[in-house]
Amino acid sequence: MALDEIKIGGLGASRKRVEDNRFIRGKGNYVDDVVLPGMLHMEILRSPLAHARIKSIDVSGAWAIPGVRLVLTGEMMAARNLAWMPTLSYDTQAVLATDKVRFQGQEVACVIADDPYVAKDGCEAIVVDYEPLPPIVNPTQAMAPDAPLIRDDKVNQVDNKVFDWEVGDKEGTDRAFAEADVVSEIDMHYPRSHPSPIEACGSIADFDRSTSKLTVYMTTQAPHIIRAAVSLVAEIPEHMIRIIAPDLGGGFGNKVPVYPGYVASILASILTERPVKWIEDKSGNLISTGFGRDVYLKGQVAMRNDGKILGVRMHTESDHGAFFSDAQPSKFKIGLMHSAFACYDIPNAHLTATGVYTNKAPGGVAYRCSFRVTEAMYFQERMIQAAADDLGMDQAEFRRVNLVRDDDFPHRTPFGFLTDSGQYEKCLDIGLEAIGYADFKQEQEEARKRGRLLGIGISTMTEPLGAGNSREYDILGIKMFDSAELRVHMTGKAILRTGAKTQGQGHETTWAQIVAHELGIPADDIVVEEGDTDTAPFGMGTYASRSTPVAGAAVAMVSRKIRAKARKIAAHLLEVSEEDVEWELGRFYVRGAQDRGVSIQECAMAAYSNVPDGMEPGLENNAYYDPPNLTWPFACYIAKVEVDPETGVWDVLKMVAVDDCGVRINPMIVEGQIMGGLTEAYAMANMQFITFDEDGNCIGSNYMDYLLPTAWETPGFELHEVVTPCPHHPIGAKGIGECATVGGPAAFVNAVMDALKHTGVRNIDMPLLPDRVYGALTTGSDISGMPPVKTEA
Amino acid sequence: MFPSRFDYKSPTSLEEAISLLSAHEDAKVLAGGQSLIPMMKLRFAAPAMLVDINNIPGLDQHGAQSDGSYRIGALVRHADLEKSKTLGDHQPTIAAAAPLVADPIVRTRGTFVGSVCHADPQGDWASCMVALDGSIVAQGPNGRRTIAVDEFVAGPFQTVLAADEIAVEAIIPPASGTRKGGYLKLERRVGDFATAGVALSLEMSGSTVAKAGIGLTGVGSATISATEAAAALVGSSLDDATVDAAAEAAAAATSPRSDHRGSADYKRHIVATFVRRLLAQHQPAEAKVA
Repeated sequence: MALDEIKIGGLGASRKRVEDNRFIRGKGNYVDDVVLPGMLHMEILRSPLAHARIKSIDVSGAWAIPGVRLVLTGEMMAARNLAWMPTLSYDTQAVLATDKVRFQGQEVACVIADDPYVAKDGCEAIVVDYEPLPPIVNPTQAMAPDAPLIRDDKVNQVDNKVFDWEVGDKEGTDRAFAEADVVSEIDMHYPRSHPSPIEACGSIADFDRSTSKLTVYMTTQAPHIIRAAVSLVAEIPEHMIRIIAPDLGGGFGNKVPVYPGYVASILASILTERPVKWIEDKSGNLISTGFGRDVYLKGQVAMRNDGKILGVRMHTESDHGAFFSDAQPSKFKIGLMHSAFACYDIPNAHLTATGVYTNKAPGGVAYRCSFRVTEAMYFQERMIQAAADDLGMDQAEFRRVNLVRDDDFPHRTPFGFLTDSGQYEKCLDIGLEAIGYADFKQEQEEARKRGRLLGIGISTMTEPLGAGNSREYDILGIKMFDSAELRVHMTGKAILRTGAKTQGQGHETTWAQIVAHELGIPADDIVVEEGDTDTAPFGMGTYASRSTPVAGAAVAMVSRKIRAKARKIAAHLLEVSEEDVEWELGRFYVRGAQDRGVSIQECAMAAYSNVPDGMEPGLENNAYYDPPNLTWPFACYIAKVEVDPETGVWDVLKMVAVDDCGVRINPMIVEGQIMGGLTEAYAMANMQFITFDEDGNCIGSNYMDYLLPTAWETPGFELHEVVTPCPHHPIGAKGIGECATVGGPAAFVNAVMDALKHTGVRNIDMPLLPDRVYGALTTGSDISGMPPVKTEA
Repeated sequence: MFPSRFDYKSPTSLEEAISLLSAHEDAKVLAGGQSLIPMMKLRFAAPAMLVDINNIPGLDQHGAQSDGSYRIGALVRHADLEKSKTLGDHQPTIAAAAPLVADPIVRTRGTFVGSVCHADPQGDWASCMVALDGSIVAQGPNGRRTIAVDEFVAGPFQTVLAADEIAVEAIIPPASGTRKGGYLKLERRVGDFATAGVALSLEMSGSTVAKAGIGLTGVGSATISATEAAAALVGSSLDDATVDAAAEAAAAATSPRSDHRGSADYKRHIVATFVRRLLAQHQPAEAKVA
């Protein structure tokens, strides 16, 4: 008898998260929980100014404090060729400033002391003499002809431009616009936001002089990439470096890059020959580490009168801060921005992109999205709504006219990606039905007569999740595949390791479910380990919703290798030829005699005690999986809001999410991912941004200014599902971790814009703070959110 | 987030606490600590000593007194007021504000009197105290004195408390009629500082306003008492014209700054809107616009 897959915690089981056993008991093991003998503590002195020349640094006051063991400055780093480090986008970033500071919060010096209090005292005792320079806080200022040069450290850098890049068919798009009946135009800004994991960044570097081995406990989503980077930067042989990412308190993209604190703690350990712990505080995390977004769009849509879109043009200007340290595939300068409009059947598209340096924190990490896909889908769905409005067509009907149809797959997207599966219209229909769209127009009109403003906003999108394949996707030349290693012990229990790194996604639970599905070993009999480069197989880590599409596929593939060997063992045990052995969940049996069988556990025991002649003993293997394509989940998010015309405050009356992420491994975890993503989407639409004043001061350096939503204001979400299996993934799964963050914001903003449609307002930049909405309502004008924010003394 | 070095004392009587404050320069009183501790961790504040008053008995009571006044002791937490079943009968303004102060975590620890002593122009309680004509009782080496709240708050984050004085309780005077009131606050998220907030107190004689007070939160460099707006209400029955006049006068009393919470004009508009909304709750039925 085959096993009941749900009972053994296989595919489709809403199995409780095994990692939660330790988390809810306070037994998680985070970097800050790790205590090593003789450990010192490091604190970072940061620049109070956004742009200034460093005239001198006097560290004598810090050295005079009892308990201070080391003070690091840029000059000391430079003497060891460590003042600058390479970024993940082929630029350089200052580890500790030598010549200038280029953003507020930049790392200037480090104090290493017996405890963190003394280290902080030491930082306060350092005197830095700054000569202020004019700061630049947006692309317009950056590209002004007389703008001060931010990156004067770079040879041949004559202006503040990072790159010009383009993709798509310019001529075809020009033709489409020439033939169009209607052209819709809209400009907008996707504001700078921050991934803001609850655990900030940190590291403990432990260099052992006697073995020459460097062990680093680190908050990283990609331990193997870090190992390679540390090897290259610090010139330590790769086999002498062990990176351990213990439990992570969230990542959301923030923990992909290499940060100066990591590098400084490593040098400090080498110099002091003691372990050195650096734990970033929340303000340090918010003002200096990888942010998300900060992109301006000029968008155009060319249409026929019947609603058919003929072509789109996008021009983006992206603000990368002082150093171009985006974590993204090397080939694509503005990430996967050109995944925009992938769910629509549009023949022509052209994208031009310009990146600039500013005096703001560096980064451009993919905050819970697959390399700028959040911006792409937000721009797409805001352009779609504006186009529908400009055409005078119903927003749902306009989408229906242009969505790719079920029988059109595989489908080439306007910018050249290949999508492979989906039921877009079905998802839209479910969403419209759930929100009550059919009756809404009348409800909206009647409400308006009574002075109430209601609106519905739709966001439909498919996004590319699961970087790579390795032909197109690499970071610094390292190809984007992933791996899994499975060891089945003789009693049928197992340990699974992958090159991914869970940070809240629940890999310890879901990977075991994939093994259970493939081998019939109960999920509870499988332990999952990740994050230690000395034990885990090489992998590119967890971000871009790539774990299930890539590492998860490797888990299925390695399980199948194990099953193939177990089949040979089963044939041996059953004394039949391998061709006569059939598989059902958890056991092999003889074809035609189902009662004659052996369980996977019996095969495991035989692998260590009774293998056929000529077979290697043991039951373990590994698999490296290079996906043939990205996975393309589809989502339809619809929000219904009410705007208070007297205050501009808006409330979400209902929010419906229809997600098609293919086969769901653990439905409960998928739903958690969607709810978390929608919460972040709501936050970005409603309250969240990191902006700057005219002096380059960061407005959003703490949790009173940078707002994370609480359960109090977060609306409820109604979730629906459609399942279109991914045709190339071993178990038919697609990425899901980021869909709601990516597709959600446009639904909320479109809803508010729908409520304001009668005023003629076409755009309010996020976040839709009450004063912006009220301002738009009373003036009938669009509201731009370009920094600097207006601040009066 | 590591504060500078400080000494910590935990006296068990007010006398002992006051003598510690007298004997040590730069000592600070620790009650709920919800502003002081973050400021120390940010190193915006670096007192040499904390005098923790949490172990002093008798400071955690609040309630109506026989003379009709209402007293709130120095260790009464925001949550004590929020959860009180009788507060609303006596002090509707405070009862309305209590659930809006900061967030649930801060409310379990932070204190009413401590918030007034912090003198943050964004503080909700100072606005309520202004609207209610409240006072603070301070105890020092030479005994107690009672200080009206508008004198007590000397400026942003400044009070007239002497270095060796402790604010031991707040007093709301008896009402000269039926007490009504409310509090409205616009915040971007629970726990955010107010974009703008309005505290209203009315003392009604029948349908006529006998006395009124309006305190404004977050729209100036200190808590604002909108005295002209309040004066406009006295003697009226809250007809629409009076309500409008009070709303406009309250907005005119503000001096907000434009910042990431909103423009100065917007904050003024919110003050006027909230004054209207608060007064609308107490307008006689026939005065309300359909």
